[in-house]
Amino acid sequence: MNLIDRLFRDAPLATRREITPKLGFVLTVLLALVWLIPFLWMGVATLRPASDGINLMAELMPSLKPTLDNIRDAWEIGDFPRYTLNTTIICTGILLVQFVTITLAGFAFARLAFAGKTLIFYLFLMQLMLVPVLLIVPNLSLIAQLGLYDTLTGVMMPFFASAFGTFLMRQAFEAIPTELEDAALIDGAGLFQRIRHIYVPLSLPSFSAFAIISVTSHWNDFLWPLMVINSPDKRPLTVGLSVFTKTAEGTQAWGTIAAGTLMVIAPLLVTFLIFQKRFISSFVTSGIK
Amino acid sequence: MSLAEPAALPVATSAAPRLHVLKRFAAGFKASLPAYLLLLPSLIFLALFTYGAMGRVFIDALYQRTTPKAPVRFVGLDNVSAVLADPAFTGAVVNNLIYAVGTAIPSIGLALLFALALARTNAVTSALRAALFLPVLIPMVAASALFLFIFLPNVGLLDYNIGRLLPVLPNWLGDPDIALSAIMVITIWKNAGYYMLFFLAGLQAVPEDVMEAAHLDGAGPFQRLRYIILPELKPTFLFVTVIATLNAVTQVDHVFVLTQGGPSNSTNLVLFYIYQQAVEHYDVGKASAATLLTLAALMGLTALSFRTLANREGGP
Repeated sequence: MNLIDRLFRDAPLATRREITPKLGFVLTVLLALVWLIPFLWMGVATLRPASDGINLMAELMPSLKPTLDNIRDAWEIGDFPRYTLNTTIICTGILLVQFVTITLAGFAFARLAFAGKTLIFYLFLMQLMLVPVLLIVPNLSLIAQLGLYDTLTGVMMPFFASAFGTFLMRQAFEAIPTELEDAALIDGAGLFQRIRHIYVPLSLPSFSAFAIISVTSHWNDFLWPLMVINSPDKRPLTVGLSVFTKTAEGTQAWGTIAAGTLMVIAPLLVTFLIFQKRFISSFVTSGIK
Repeated sequence: MSLAEPAALPVATSAAPRLHVLKRFAAGFKASLPAYLLLLPSLIFLALFTYGAMGRVFIDALYQRTTPKAPVRFVGLDNVSAVLADPAFTGAVVNNLIYAVGTAIPSIGLALLFALALARTNAVTSALRAALFLPVLIPMVAASALFLFIFLPNVGLLDYNIGRLLPVLPNWLGDPDIALSAIMVITIWKNAGYYMLFFLAGLQAVPEDVMEAAHLDGAGPFQRLRYIILPELKPTFLFVTVIATLNAVTQVDHVFVLTQGGPSNSTNLVLFYIYQQAVEHYDVGKASAATLLTLAALMGLTALSFRTLANREGGP
């Protein structure tokens, strides 16, 4: 996609040489440091022994006697292994079903002519416009009627279809030369064989961009699972963290809160630091999630 | 046979065009069937959770149901007028407007600054971009957990390190006059790096020859910013404003974790109000009416976002 390629090129020479005032650059450097402070505190507080007491909690200088006690405590108190498992199940489940739905629908929009195509295309577009977060009330009652209240499937189901993913795959499939498909057609490949052996393998970058957006947004989702899940052992990380924070706040266990927060965000953070470029370009692609 | 034929003839002549249309329709449907089958899985879920949900909000808003088991009663537009008369709702709308403007303008301004400063790609700017982008990736709940300690009175990060310079230490999340601003800081911290990406992308589209020409004509950096770059970034501004406004209505996790809408409703936002009505008061009717009003208010905006999306080159 044009936009992404451009992102990793430099801005026009004249722009980068002179428009950025020195002062603006210095300010940006300072702000970037300020932006990192919450993360820095999280790291320092996680490793700070409880014996340092509440008064030293706000020191950004790391303690000289770092400890892993906070991580152990958070791990035990918060049932983070269970939360991590639930979140992983939710994200994987959503993504796997989405891969099927967006591949099929994307292919139909990219390569097939059918009656009512424009109308159905607009129906898909509507999902982007309707701000799904606002439809939590009717969707919660539907989930309850389907008998899926307090189940991980109930958390996943509203996201099984993705208009954004469909459009992304449509765009990717349209870029594939039809000659490839024609050749497969002559060899007698059926519809699903053509999708599986030609379209899917050639669109892997788009699939991975979509996977990044999908997993990030559902890993971070809070309100919807909060409403659907009732049992403590079915909580995802975000809901678990909010309950955990509430409990630990009362006991002033800030080191444990920092450790819990670290555990929730570490997987995405580490993945981001490894695949930075990919993440950033996926986010640009997504526009509105 | 001989009896049926004359009888069938007049019918056939009058119905022939209609039959033809039907036949063509059937043929069209048959030809379209593979596409429909491929779209079916998506359409089922969209129908249940998007179009159906939309319809159910309409219907639910017309009924009263104050407890999960109470009989449902048709009340027409009573729920809508009850919501409009509820000071908690109107308060939440006002808060949300302040919150939207107060988060959109600073985060978009900062995003532009970041993008201009980091337009050149090298190791340093890449690291700075990553630093500014990190908050985008973490859940709002985690951000809230971190800011809970930042805003903690006296011993918290803010008070301990710079708050001590103030004559009076404010209770950042406990003071109704300050709490909403404190919440807004989190949002700005979280979103500026996201909007920066769109400005970075937008900057690449500024035509180089025009910049060079202006440079040769003696236009200074600020003149070029004002007359070339900013006009060129106009679609980006529009697009980012739309996202920022949508975010202002849909991001409320920090309200859940930090303030529960308090103190004295000063941080209550519309989506939190909807949640409270539905989950805490079991008032699905009122929650649906509030949802409906919010959706209606966002309609114009989403139409705008749709147009922006459609106009944006290479956009989804």
